[in-house]
Amino acid sequence: MATETVSPGTIVEDIPRKPTLLGTIGSFCRGNPLGAFGGFIVVTMCVMAIFAPLLTSYDPTANDFGAMLAAPDWEHWLGTDQFGRDLLSRIIYGARTALLVGFVSSFIGCFLGLILGVTSAYFGGRFDLLFQRVMDVFMAFPLIILALAVVAIFGTGVTNVIIAITIPVIPRAARIVRASALAIREMPYVDAARANGFSNSRIIFRHMMPNVMAPFLIILTAQVGQAILIEASLSYLGLGVQEPVPAWGLMLRGGAQEYAESAPWVAIFPGLAITLAVFGFNLFGDSLRDWLDPKMKT
Amino acid sequence: MQTTAEGATKSLSGEVLSSHTAAKMGKPVLEIENLSVQFRSSHGLVRAVENVGYTVHPGEMVAIVGESGSGKSVSALTIMRLLAQTAEITSGTINFDGRDLLKLSDEEMRRVRGHHVSMIFQEPMTSLNPVLKIGLQIMEPLFIHLKMSPEEAKARAIELLTLVGITDPESRLEQYPHQLSGGMRQRVMIAIGLSCNPKLLIADEPTTALDVTIQAQILELMKDLSRRLDIAIIIITHNLGIVARYADRVNVMYAARIVESGTAEQVFGNAHHPYARGLLSAVPRLDRGRAMRLQTIEGAPPNLLKPPEGCRFRPRCRFAIDKCSVSPPLVEVEKGHRAACHRSADLEKIDKPAAASHEAIHAVADGVTGPILQLKDVTKFFPISGGLFQPKKLVRAVNKVTLDIAPGETLGLVGESGCGKSTLGRVVLRLDDPTDGKILFEGADLANAGSDEMLAVRKKMQVIFQDPFSSLNPRMTVGDIIGEPMSVHKILPKEKIHDRVAELLSLVGLHGYMADRYPHQLSGGQRQRVGIARALSVNPKFIVCDEAVSALDVSIQGQVINLLEGLQQKLGLSYLFIAHDLAVVRHISHKVAVMYLGKIVEYAPADELFANPKHPYTQALLAAAPIPDPVIERTRPRRIITGELPSPLRPPPGCVFNPRCPIAVENCRKEIPALRELGPNHWVACSEV
Repeated sequence: MATETVSPGTIVEDIPRKPTLLGTIGSFCRGNPLGAFGGFIVVTMCVMAIFAPLLTSYDPTANDFGAMLAAPDWEHWLGTDQFGRDLLSRIIYGARTALLVGFVSSFIGCFLGLILGVTSAYFGGRFDLLFQRVMDVFMAFPLIILALAVVAIFGTGVTNVIIAITIPVIPRAARIVRASALAIREMPYVDAARANGFSNSRIIFRHMMPNVMAPFLIILTAQVGQAILIEASLSYLGLGVQEPVPAWGLMLRGGAQEYAESAPWVAIFPGLAITLAVFGFNLFGDSLRDWLDPKMKT
Repeated sequence: MQTTAEGATKSLSGEVLSSHTAAKMGKPVLEIENLSVQFRSSHGLVRAVENVGYTVHPGEMVAIVGESGSGKSVSALTIMRLLAQTAEITSGTINFDGRDLLKLSDEEMRRVRGHHVSMIFQEPMTSLNPVLKIGLQIMEPLFIHLKMSPEEAKARAIELLTLVGITDPESRLEQYPHQLSGGMRQRVMIAIGLSCNPKLLIADEPTTALDVTIQAQILELMKDLSRRLDIAIIIITHNLGIVARYADRVNVMYAARIVESGTAEQVFGNAHHPYARGLLSAVPRLDRGRAMRLQTIEGAPPNLLKPPEGCRFRPRCRFAIDKCSVSPPLVEVEKGHRAACHRSADLEKIDKPAAASHEAIHAVADGVTGPILQLKDVTKFFPISGGLFQPKKLVRAVNKVTLDIAPGETLGLVGESGCGKSTLGRVVLRLDDPTDGKILFEGADLANAGSDEMLAVRKKMQVIFQDPFSSLNPRMTVGDIIGEPMSVHKILPKEKIHDRVAELLSLVGLHGYMADRYPHQLSGGQRQRVGIARALSVNPKFIVCDEAVSALDVSIQGQVINLLEGLQQKLGLSYLFIAHDLAVVRHISHKVAVMYLGKIVEYAPADELFANPKHPYTQALLAAAPIPDPVIERTRPRRIITGELPSPLRPPPGCVFNPRCPIAVENCRKEIPALRELGPNHWVACSEV
């Protein structure tokens, strides 16, 4: 209650408290049960990837020729593949590859896109026009074709897969960020910063970038799911991660066609893992957008 | 009709009649009693309207006045039953024409809306559907409610457009909203509102988005239609001048409740609630010079999630006593005049106007050193590319403007939207580069200054923007916002910045602990103070105030104006004060320049300009701006200029004002008049005065 004495010109009122992290998570889950489910999948995947050695007693690369193509049982919960490798163990370790590629490529790609997009919007004019056309050229290639081209040039392997996926992410992120940054560019606080004689880089990094964080976070989560899918596709095509590294796409390549009828678990479980992961990230990203959107408007 | 007997037993109805309309009216068309509305929000219940009651008679214009968040719009939307889904009407009746609107089914209510009661919204740019032709939008309610044939509806639409003063109505029917100006669109909105001969028209801030000359045109039209067609009008506004000029009766709302109601003469001449009195003394007035400091209401309206107990105004009231912790009832203080204050009878004695708190503001000694800023023929043209094979067009935003500002002086720059006043401000700050001309700041020309030279000047030249919501970076704390310029320009070592921020905060009337807040945690007025503190952080000599108080509520606006004036005295600042509100400009400025379509048409010391306006445009602007005093308003001659601002893409030949000018002669269409000195320092660009 505003009862304290105040000096003239001052204003006493209730101060909205800064929400705590737990409170924010709680309100997100209550408002977006589906998003919370997506978030749960994402968190589970991360836990799986980090604590992989603790979760399974089988070495994902160890062959056991005594238990080739074993059906799921108490010994091997999800069965084994044609080399007798435990599928559960390979899926858990495969989460490492998927998340490594997914997070690293989308983080780097989106971050570069963020810088390029904001810079392009801030300077505008010819620079913006030229930049946009270059981005158009990149966007004209389907994601997978561009990644294929990169792998074809640099060769296979985890690092090259990351590079291959990062490059097509950049223009997508840049375009979305640029659209938001164009609106921010017209805000009076950017004018105020210019009137104060701040440098261009200061205005871009300190005043504009933090204000496009909401769309940036959304594209980031959506891109992680996409990147996981592309990584799986590339590995499936034999252009991505190479054997014996456990990777979901690779697992499909190995056993899917050959044993589809005799040992369907070899294809079903890695396929499920991919679907669930992408589904989780997409759900989470969508809800994040819905949740952040009204805040962007106010 | 059976409800009238009930209504008559309550003190709310029947008696509250304005003197000159009393004779012709009988039963009120609308009686609201004891209305309460609340909203569910994630933070709790917001009681947006509490126990509100008023009546409206045919042919009468009733004003609901209040600051933003006072519940004035919600109470009106409730009549239309157009509230958001989170709203809940907890009590009350709305008797319209013998029926309680709150008891009607949705289907019955739909037949009332647009037929018997219609509504005009604030934003004429967005309240018309952009993809439908004007004609169809006017005819739609005629088809739905009156079941007219297309031919009948078209004839009626033409009649309506003529009624609201739109020329060539038949061809207008085929136009889309974007082809009309803001004023025209608001006329179309009124035509739609009137289409089914409603008994009641609700206008929610109908002219807030419009310029003052257009505002006068629209309100005159509404007043005239209300008289001629016997339509009752509820006008919701924050502009006390409009109320004084047009309203028959006034209801003042504060924090969800009506605190005072009566005829315009009663409320303005003899207010019985401290809030109403405070509001009236907080507005700058066109008929008063800059001698007096505005007497403002301190503080801000309460948060309706947790309103203060008892009288809502108690925390801000200078006259609060213990008894005020009990809510005062709305009681009659004289015939037809009610106020909700325990001390309403004593107020006359204890609240002496123009008492000690009205300290005179001494003008700062005239600059002996010469002007701090001189503009010479400053010009800014924006090229608009017309497509592949079309020639480029030029928007002549600022056209050869010459002005100067002395140290410690305020130059007011007035004009309607689109006249180029904000562009001029941006050019002075070099946020936009001038096309031509000289900007001499302390003798150095900025027009062609490089970025290094500008960097040095930027410390001395600052800006305060209109919108306190978007002029602060939402991701930075108040302390960072104010401290950043000091660290970038290395004015103070890092460890001293914190103390300086606290000092600046107290200078603008905020608390030191607010440095840790984010802008969204502050109110509009507080944010504007942060903007001022940021501008002051580099110890500037000159500040461009671009509509710096336009977005603020009346009581907050007064506080900020006083702050700006106080700072000028204390620090010897010079201001370029850009505004469309003539009263504010009159209050704050030493000199005033009137701008029209990129050109200065009159330039004189403030008192001289307002007392003795020479240019017909200045005269028209002054005539259009209402004064918050019904007694003065009733005797003021109404000279409303017609027409609207021409496009700066195709300015008229000769004097830019000639198409709207009442005294234009043939020569005005040929020759561009130069600024002439008609009196001491009184410059006018008109050949006919």
